[in-house]
Amino acid sequence: MSETMNNVNVTINGKKVSVPAGSTILEAAAKLNIKIPTLCYCPSVGCGVENKPASCRICLVEAEGIRRGRRILVPACATPVAEGVEVFTNTQRALQARRTVLELLLSDHPQDCLTCPKNRDCELQQLAAEFGIREIEFKGKRNRFPVDMSSNAIMRDLSKCIMCRRCETVCNKVQTVGALTGYGRGFSAKVGTASMIPLADTSCTFCGQCVNICPVGAITGISYVKKVWAAINDPKKTVIVQTAPAVRVAVGQEFGFAPGQPVTGKLVAGLRALGFDKVFDTNFSADLTIMEEAHELVERVKAQKNLPILTSCCPGWINFIEHNYPDLLHIPSSCKSPQQMFGALAKTYYAEKIGVKPEDMVVVSVMPCQAKKYEAARPEFSTDGIPDVDYVVTTRELCRMFQEAGVHLANMEDEAFDNPLGQSTGAADLFGVTGGVLEAALRTAYFFLNRKNLEKDALVFDSVRGLNGVKEASIEIVPGLKVNVAACSGLGNARKVLDMVRKDPTRFQAIEIMACPGGCINGGGQPFLHGRRDLLKKRMEGLYSEDARKVLRMSHENTDIQALYKEFLGEPGSEKAHHLLHTVYHQK
Amino acid sequence: MCCEKKLSEAAAEKFAELDKFIDSLNLAADDERRRGYLIQVLHRAQDIFGYLPREVQIHVAKRLTLSEAAVSGVVSFYNYFSTKPKGKYCINVCLGTACYVKGSEKVLSEIERVLGVKADTDPTPDGLFSVSALRCVGACGLAPVVMVNEKVYGKVTPAKAVEIINEYKKLG
Repeated sequence: MSETMNNVNVTINGKKVSVPAGSTILEAAAKLNIKIPTLCYCPSVGCGVENKPASCRICLVEAEGIRRGRRILVPACATPVAEGVEVFTNTQRALQARRTVLELLLSDHPQDCLTCPKNRDCELQQLAAEFGIREIEFKGKRNRFPVDMSSNAIMRDLSKCIMCRRCETVCNKVQTVGALTGYGRGFSAKVGTASMIPLADTSCTFCGQCVNICPVGAITGISYVKKVWAAINDPKKTVIVQTAPAVRVAVGQEFGFAPGQPVTGKLVAGLRALGFDKVFDTNFSADLTIMEEAHELVERVKAQKNLPILTSCCPGWINFIEHNYPDLLHIPSSCKSPQQMFGALAKTYYAEKIGVKPEDMVVVSVMPCQAKKYEAARPEFSTDGIPDVDYVVTTRELCRMFQEAGVHLANMEDEAFDNPLGQSTGAADLFGVTGGVLEAALRTAYFFLNRKNLEKDALVFDSVRGLNGVKEASIEIVPGLKVNVAACSGLGNARKVLDMVRKDPTRFQAIEIMACPGGCINGGGQPFLHGRRDLLKKRMEGLYSEDARKVLRMSHENTDIQALYKEFLGEPGSEKAHHLLHTVYHQK
Repeated sequence: MCCEKKLSEAAAEKFAELDKFIDSLNLAADDERRRGYLIQVLHRAQDIFGYLPREVQIHVAKRLTLSEAAVSGVVSFYNYFSTKPKGKYCINVCLGTACYVKGSEKVLSEIERVLGVKADTDPTPDGLFSVSALRCVGACGLAPVVMVNEKVYGKVTPAKAVEIINEYKKLG
């Protein structure tokens, strides 16, 4: 026998398998390619944190040898196997038990699939289809809760909550935000906020990771799609759109492209087909962010002041520091995010250029993110009551717009972004993945300090690449001067790094922080990954390939950025740049 | 944050008493036992304040470095914890099997009628009485049983219940 000391032998549906002691029935069955349905169970809600409350009971199977002399129903996700255990996953009793469980769940569910935002992306709906549910026998009381639309970003419809508690796990254990909790008990228990207050009044950062892993339609994004259509069809408005770096490697997923494949040219063509007057790139303002932020980094390192500098392009992360680390609000870069830099420029520089009044211009952002909706609505990002960015739609919502308009990306010919807010370097593509902003900033900071470019083979900073939650590196930026940097993603990791900073403020000089594990490629508005980390890796590789294929890979090489400074802004860090492109943070 | 709110002296004293208790637990901010002690702290807080309004929950959360949501979740789970103020006199009517058979439901309705409040809701406007239903206090021989704070009354009829209420009204 080849089995090791720590393995146990079990039989599932008559097939024998040897698995490590402590494995669950679900894991053992997966080894035999036997599928057992699951719902509340999620192998990783983020950063490898498992959600296994065993609360839904949809994975019930029959097992012998767990309790002596009896064949019992057990939840496969949470029941460890033991030597000699025999499991039956598809006996009549098991099937009937699972069907009953599902029907009971459905009996306290609105069943409004046709008009639900999660239609076709709902795991409960999927199970009902797989189980062949045609009638729900149980007619009983149903929970009714008012829909929470208090924030600009995330909508909660607790009447649809099935108490899988995935959102609670990701909010507390992965993001350490602590906005959600199991509330109440028994039939009326739901995952809610403290004292069921509106989400906008909690410490929620709107990172949207709960939106991504909610199996049903209980937590979704607030949609501005209708307003975008209205603007596009308003002849008085000049409607321009910007699209974030991470969108181009995710949007193809919904149109049959290989996972992570960049479809930038087709995305541009698609946006133009929807009727946007100009199609621009948030990458342009990402390059601009690097100009300002690298300048800031260099200044702070020279002066040895307000270090470490923290990146500020992620609005979820900014919400997190405003809520949790008011003592550190002097160290994030004062740079606005690329989205907001774009908005500020569009309604000044660009509006002037084309002779359109700011009030007649509508700026739409396509973002991988829910927090961007919150950010766009922040009062400091409005001028005379006109927001710099009018509406944010997520990658998922854009896919719906394409489908509604009959625009199929696979059938589009590649097109190029409009100018002058469309050109970008490879550095900007990196913004969509954890470590990318730091890498882009290092490329340009090197140029600022040494007055020469990095060699082509030195452009890639491997130590800050990859999907690890915390990446640390020591980089010689000028001969003889090393800077200690870190890149972290996931707010739980951010908390760890910020606690290090509190203890030893001199440990790092620059830190990049992204709220979502892996960065924007895993943002709360991206096409659902359903726990597929391999797809996330593909998106990361897609962005790296975009960077690698470009001729210009350093932000300061962007000729339209150079023109912008020459014509309009002056120098990086100039008074005009500060007025338009920088911001301040507030304790929450 | 709104925590700088001026507290009345009485409330300040109560918070000080609660803090003294929490201090006595000697819990560091990263102590793994914080969660374990939460229920004990909430019990003490309810003893001191009479109930657990949101500001008390926020205070407990801060002192134990837990999220407000975590505290609120526990408070919402246990029937014992109340987020609404209780009257000076808490009238508990037993609806356990023995008391029920002996007519305690009629006693409860009479109390609700006389006081003009429903069981397990807000106290009377004068703050004197709150009414709750409970299940068996272990004195079935005395059924139907009514408790007022810690005091037990046995063989209570609707008429006797009114007399009891009047006694407490006199005490004020």
